[in-house]
Formats: sequence, structure tokens, C-alpha cells
Amino acid sequence: MEAINIIEGPVSVLDRSDVDTDQIIPKQFLKRVERTGFGEFLFYDWIRDGEISLEPNPILVSGRNFGSGSSREHAVWALDQFGFDAVVAPSFSDIFFSNCTKNGFLPVMLDEPDCEALAAAGAGRIDLENQKVSWEGGEATFDIDPEIKRRLLGGLDDIALTLQAEEDIEAFEEGPGGSYGPVTTSLP
Amino acid sequence: MPKTMFEKIWEAHEVRDELIYIDLHLVHEVTSPQAFEGLRMSGRNLRRPDKTVATADHNVPTDGTPTAKLIADTLSRKQVQTLEQNAAAFGVPVYSLGSETQGIVHVIGPELGLTQPGMTIVCGDSHTSTHGAFGALAFGIGTSEVEHVMATQTLVQRRPKTMRINYTGKLGPGVTSKDLILATIGRLGTGGMSGYVVEYAGEAIRELTMEQRLTVCNMTIEGGGRAGMIAPDETTYEYMRGKPGVPDDFDAAIERWEHLPTDEGATFDYEVEIDATQIAPMVTWGTTPGMVVEVSDRVPDPSRMDQPAERESAERALQYMGLKAGTPMEEIRPERVFIGSCTNSRISDLREAAAAIKGRKVADSIRAMVVPGSAMVKSQAEEEGLDIIFQDAGFEWRGAGCSMCLGMNPDILIEGERCASTSNRNFEGRQGKGGRTHLVSPTMATAAAIEGHFVDIRNWN
Ligand code: SF4
Repeated sequence: MEAINIIEGPVSVLDRSDVDTDQIIPKQFLKRVERTGFGEFLFYDWIRDGEISLEPNPILVSGRNFGSGSSREHAVWALDQFGFDAVVAPSFSDIFFSNCTKNGFLPVMLDEPDCEALAAAGAGRIDLENQKVSWEGGEATFDIDPEIKRRLLGGLDDIALTLQAEEDIEAFEEGPGGSYGPVTTSLP
Repeated sequence: MPKTMFEKIWEAHEVRDELIYIDLHLVHEVTSPQAFEGLRMSGRNLRRPDKTVATADHNVPTDGTPTAKLIADTLSRKQVQTLEQNAAAFGVPVYSLGSETQGIVHVIGPELGLTQPGMTIVCGDSHTSTHGAFGALAFGIGTSEVEHVMATQTLVQRRPKTMRINYTGKLGPGVTSKDLILATIGRLGTGGMSGYVVEYAGEAIRELTMEQRLTVCNMTIEGGGRAGMIAPDETTYEYMRGKPGVPDDFDAAIERWEHLPTDEGATFDYEVEIDATQIAPMVTWGTTPGMVVEVSDRVPDPSRMDQPAERESAERALQYMGLKAGTPMEEIRPERVFIGSCTNSRISDLREAAAAIKGRKVADSIRAMVVPGSAMVKSQAEEEGLDIIFQDAGFEWRGAGCSMCLGMNPDILIEGERCASTSNRNFEGRQGKGGRTHLVSPTMATAAAIEGHFVDIRNWN
């Protein structure tokens, strides 16, 4: 994963709430077995029908409950591969938020009026280290889990980090918790 | 100190602070190929194939295609075959097209006895919340996390907040667990459970059968919840007894499970009370599951909503759905009926739907289909003759899979078609581009199929 810190430039605005992952990347594009090639299908139906048009700017601003619905990480790949580096919204669905952070794609939660001000300003600067978003005439701070921030800033690979806890995992597996649940390989 | 069921399960699975051990990893063809590929690229093994199981569900045709290599759609064929190859290469048991135990991942877990109380269960699918009905902590993850679980059998997780929804009283006649959860989401909103693990409790929940409980937990994600849970009890144990995956010493297991329910006096971050006696059969009118009203109501009028954002969403939704404010819900006429999906495709759902038919026929204006959630549900239904009842009435009887729940396979709505669906999402285009979805219970869907419009099943027989 690539390290990120400062994301700045023009803002694209998608003025809708409850934007679900079925819209971000419709299911007919989920059949690929690769991680690439999703950018051109971003918001496929809305863009093709001329309902919206979006520039691939560094920052996307949208309404509350962004990324709701399906857990498809393809939604994050599509946003990222289309050209966005960060998405700013008043709230996100949990799984989508987590998927973003696993891909070095920054989800930023700002209050609704701040989102609107950033959208109106047309351009902005996100500073992850200092947890600050600024735009002409305003700025706001945002919260982010310190551990997630550390991983994003360092571009750290989650799996490699967890494998540093290998001894703990082995100890857990040897303890009483290790044999909880079924043995799938012994089913008929 | 008294603890919630969630806290007990969480603490029993902490390998380190915020690193939790996963007891069961369910895998399907859509969200796994990139994860398997990631393992290969980094030269890692799949750590515990014995805690992993794979099935093909999203992409599979439901027309009786017997094996993956005969799937007509090239990309779907490749995805299902890739799953089979990956599972073989990493030693994971796989139930693909043609297997007797193939089916929707959230249907086969419980029916094989893989889903058990006290477990942590994940899957690259948001409706993993379904499995929480057994008193498990079960939630959906993304593909990067799928790879993480494959490599480490653990997951890095912030501890979520807890919510309890207490239902007082019992559901009335004709009112199902689908209506209970739709009404709850309508009340709390699609983000109302956001960030929470939700425990459903109270008299109305205890009265539900196991399969009805699965329907409730299934739609937790539609309320934005991370996971839904219901305390295990006799109903749970009776349902599990004799299933292939359950512990050999079942009675000893029950003794362990009996410690799971939330202790008296344990506190939740948020508690809500809902009067179950007031819940009516529900129908969605819009493009989120929270846009829902009682079947005896009318399509809401956006101009009467005070929040501008809510008004705009409602206007958009009505336009998309081709509906006028004020129209009685019972006057809405679907052209399609879909009984299926991980919300409502289990044997009891099909029994209820079949029982409601009573020799009547599907209306001429309607194309209706029944899609069992798994190959096992299908054969059980056929043993009971339900397939004949459905077909005699004019329903199509299909093979197991996700089918028209998400239209990733040949079962889709065409532009503008309106569907009464027992699935869980009514998003724009979910069942096919331009398709219009109304979420309902299986009996409500059956009644709509026969009458050609929605009816209040409380006064329909
Ligand atoms: S039936 Fe629908 S909601 Fe359930 S797993 Fe399949 S696509 Fe997802």
C-alpha cells in the first residue's frame, strides 16, 4: 500500500446521500478476477444516463451514509482507479470505510456544513498528519483512529503487521479458543 | 461485572488488543479471487483451510446448469471456475455448482451446522450479519480483509459499540419477522445502527423460529449495523441438533453456549424499545430499505417532509420508482414476483409461501419465480411437494443461488419492471438496470402474485 499524507486539488461533488456501492460499481462489473480495470465503470448507470458527470479530481465530496450496502471492495478500487484519492462525506458505512483504509484511499468525515463549504470552494487540501481539511475561506479538523492513521501514513501492509503477532496467534490456537467451531474439512 | 453477549464473544477471541481470532471464514466467488491472488503474489499460505468453506452463489445461473464449465456467461464461468481452482489449490472445501450442498453462503452455513453460538464468523459479504441469529458475532468484510483472514485467521478490528433493541409484546397474525426488521429500519433509518453491533431481544424475538431470526439478523446491515445478534436458546439448539457440522458432544456444547446470553444488568451503549404488537405487514416504496410503510398506508408525500435532504431523496426515489405520492400501497401492481435470497429462501419461507396459495393461480399480469436458497432447501421442498404447488399455481421453480436478489446472473428485471421481492435491497438497479423493487415478506409476495397487486394479508385468505 502506498503511503499517503497530503491530498490537494480540485473537488468533485456528488450531491446525494445514501450513495450505495451498487451505484458506485454496478454488479455487472464485479465479475473480474483481477484488482484492476474498474475505474471506467465508476457510477456506470448514473454517468451513462447523463444524470451526473464527474471529473477525476483528487477529492470527491458527497452526502451522508456514503458507501452503504454491499461489502464489495470493488467500489473503492473503482473510485481510486477513476482518479480520486480521497472522499469526504458526513458519514460512511462501516465496511466501506474500512475497505478504503486498506487501499490507501482516504475517507474523511466532516460535518455537513463543512462538506458543503468545501464543495462550494471547489478545491481543498487534506492533511492527514494534522487531521485537517482546508479550503479557501475555511478549514475543519477530522477524527481518525490513530492506528488506521499510522498505517495510512506509513503505507503499512496489514497482513505483514499481523504476522508479527504470529506467536500470539499460535498461542491462541493452542489454547481453549483454538478449537471453537466446526472443522469444515471433515464435513461429508 | 455483568457482560453483554457481544462482550463475552469478543473477549474470548482477542488474540491481542483489537486483533480477533476468526472461527469460520465463508468464501464466495465474487469477493475472493483478488484475495487468493494476493496470497499467491506474497507467497503466503491459507492458514486454516479447516476453518474455511467456499460456495458459488452470486454468479450461478438458476436454470439447472449442472456444472461450472457449462455456465453460458464467459465472465461468470471464469469466476466460478477460478473459485474452484483456488479452493483446490489452497485446500478449502468448496460447494460449487452441481454440489448437493451448494447454495447461498448465508443459507448453507446454518443448514450444515457450521454456524454455531459463540463463534466469530466473517465473509466477504455484507449479509454475513445473518449468522448472528445463533448468538455468534458475524459480519461482512472487504476483499483485503478476506486476504488477511486467509493469511492469519485473524482480523484487525476496532471494538464496535453495542445496541439492544427490545421488542415488547408479540407480532400479530400475518406479521412476519421480515416485517419486524423492515419496520425497525423504517423507524431507525438506514444509518440508525451505524457503528453498532445490535442485539435483538424481547418477547417477540424469543417467539421467532430459527429461520425467522435469520431474516432479522440478515437485514441488520440495511440499518447500517455491523452485526446483529440473538441470544441462543432452546429454539437454537433444537434447530442445530443433528446437523452435520455441530459438535459431537452436543449436550456439552449446549452447556457452554448457555453462558453466552447477555447478563442481567449489563449495559449497552444504546437501547431502544419497540412495541411489536404495533407492527404491520410492510412494503417499501422507495430506493432504500428505510423507505417503507405499512401495506395499508399510502406512498408518502415528499412535500410534507421537513428535512430538505430527505425530501430530495424521496422525490428522486418516487421518480425512479414511477410512483405518485398518495397512492394506496395496495393499488401498486408489480409485474414480477421474486421469492428468494438469503433473507427469505429457506424451507420455512417456501412452506409459508406455498401454504398461502391454496389452489389459486398467479395473476396473468405477473411473472413469478421461486428460488430456493440452497440445493438442500430445493430437494427438501421437492420432497414435500412444494415445487408442484408452486408450479401448478404458475410460479417458476428454479435452482439454488442469489438469483434476482442482485441480478449478477441471468435472472434480472428489465428497465421499468416492478417487482415484489423477498430480498433485502431495493437500491436503484439492484435487480437489473431501471428495475423497481418493493421489499416484502414471502406471504406478502405470494399474495401480490395471486392478486396482481399488493394486499394486506391480515384480511386476505
Ligand atoms: S442472496 Fe442477495 S444479499 Fe444474499 S448473499 Fe446473495 S446477493 Fe447477497
